[in-house]
Amino acid sequence: MVDNTQAQAAPTAAPAQTGQTNTAPEFTPRHTTVPREVGEAVFDVETVSVAYGGAPALKEVSMRIPKGEITALIGPSGCGKSTMLRCLNRMNDLIDGASVSGRITYHGEDIYAEDVDPAEVRRRIGMVFQKPNPFAMSIYDNVAFGPKLHGMKSNLDDRVEKALRGAALWDEVKDKLNDQGHALSGGQQQRLCIARAIALEPDVILMDEPASALDPISTLAIEDLMRKLRGQYSIVIVTHNMQQAARISDRTAFFTVDMEQGVRVGELVEYDLTETVFTNASDQRTESYITGRFG
Amino acid sequence: MEDRACRRRRRAKTTTLTPETPPTFRPLGEIDAHTRRRKRRSQLFRYVLLVAMGLSLFPLVLILWTVVSNGIGAFGGEFLTQPEPPARREGGGYLNGIVGTLYMVGIATVLAVPLGVLAAVYLVEYGRGWFAGTVRFFTDVMTGVPSVFVGLFVYAALVRQFSFGTIMGAVGLAIMMLPIVVRSSEEMLKLVPEDQRAASAGLGARKWQTITKVVLPTAGPGIVTGSMLAVARAAGETAVLLLTALGSLQVVTAFSGVAQSSITLLIYQGAKQPFDPGKERAWAGAMLLMGIVFLLPFTARWITARRTR
Repeated sequence: MVDNTQAQAAPTAAPAQTGQTNTAPEFTPRHTTVPREVGEAVFDVETVSVAYGGAPALKEVSMRIPKGEITALIGPSGCGKSTMLRCLNRMNDLIDGASVSGRITYHGEDIYAEDVDPAEVRRRIGMVFQKPNPFAMSIYDNVAFGPKLHGMKSNLDDRVEKALRGAALWDEVKDKLNDQGHALSGGQQQRLCIARAIALEPDVILMDEPASALDPISTLAIEDLMRKLRGQYSIVIVTHNMQQAARISDRTAFFTVDMEQGVRVGELVEYDLTETVFTNASDQRTESYITGRFG
Repeated sequence: MEDRACRRRRRAKTTTLTPETPPTFRPLGEIDAHTRRRKRRSQLFRYVLLVAMGLSLFPLVLILWTVVSNGIGAFGGEFLTQPEPPARREGGGYLNGIVGTLYMVGIATVLAVPLGVLAAVYLVEYGRGWFAGTVRFFTDVMTGVPSVFVGLFVYAALVRQFSFGTIMGAVGLAIMMLPIVVRSSEEMLKLVPEDQRAASAGLGARKWQTITKVVLPTAGPGIVTGSMLAVARAAGETAVLLLTALGSLQVVTAFSGVAQSSITLLIYQGAKQPFDPGKERAWAGAMLLMGIVFLLPFTARWITARRTR
């Protein structure tokens, strides 16, 4: 009997999955390659352009970012990959003179719609920065900061422990939760920042070069952590380190800088499965960059 | 043609700069004349700086020594617990002045510090454009306004309508403190790294939440230290109080209606009259005031250091 139900369940489950992955993208990106097999998307980016104080920084980017996977944004300095990342949780709003055009939907909702509160967007979409930036408070208070902010005060201790465990930091700090966050090593600080982000139970974590200020061992710890978080969270990571993108990401988007009427503008060149981008890039510029001939 | 010749000459010149013989080992102790000159000059500058520091410390040490050696005689328990008797009489103390100073400086702190910190938060977190520039400019101007002017202003604006008293003196002191609090707090708030604000915003904090929960706590110790400097400044203020508090021979605990005394006013009056007991008390008062001014920043730093640990 047991065998029978499982056998019955399996064939029904399989078509459901393939059915999901087969859903065609609802829009056709104009300037970019179409990423293969993006099933359920967490973000739909449609012709997004960004300018800082009138100077264009990023031009007409369209991409679907899949749910539960790791998407890497790579490219040379100034190519707008960090700008793209900061669009996804409206961090660009905090910069004077930044303007974003186009449309970004998060689970189908336009995050730039007028009735959307940017603070609420940032609460759902966590962010980890390039330089570890714990607050000048205890480890516990750092992690509890977000939940306290949003009135999630019940079972705070459990929440903090869960977040620290999730960030693979609990065993190292469980006996010194009242120590200053700054007293930790750089890699631990960065994991503390990840714990701080996941304490709010976001479903997306944006990471802006999270390992660039860390030594190789801490970097590997962060990468292991990302693999662990994959599936439960959708992760978008900006990285300068192509090996890192190749090691951890499911999909890779390659950005580059383009001269346009004397202004340097970032654009998306290619977006595909990481394997494809790294072994069989369709654009010459991607291949040059990845093989180290440029950038 | 000429250009190319020129270039060739230059190239020829640079090649002569490379040593013809391979470099040989020289003992580290063997120094050429140029290095020796540099070393001597470095030494010389160090001595110049040392002398400059000594010269600038000299007046401070002299003041400390004069005030303490003259003031220690009249200082004691009685000095802190008795009001000032007529100048000719021995004994007594500065209780009326101590009470007045504590009252007025206390009220001035309550008035000036919150307002000043709020203004600094505005300037750093919100201030853009001409308005913030204007506020900043006038804060700078206020820092340089002579205290007599502030005294006259409060006298003309308030004292003539009401009367001399504690509140009037406190308002005058608060006006003196305000620019110091604003500028020192502004510098401290600017020192809070931008990534802290970004981290807070990234967790969905609204701007006021970021300010109250991250920026102010981080800048807190610095703001307290800056405010203490302002308090010390107010405690030593005299000219403002001449025109607003006036002075009193009794201990005054009323907030308004009665002229108030202060340590500085008593020093001023004691120093300009001819009798020795009064003069000695003035020295002791000066010593007390100096002690307060020296101790305040230290205690402030101690308290904040303990709180943040």
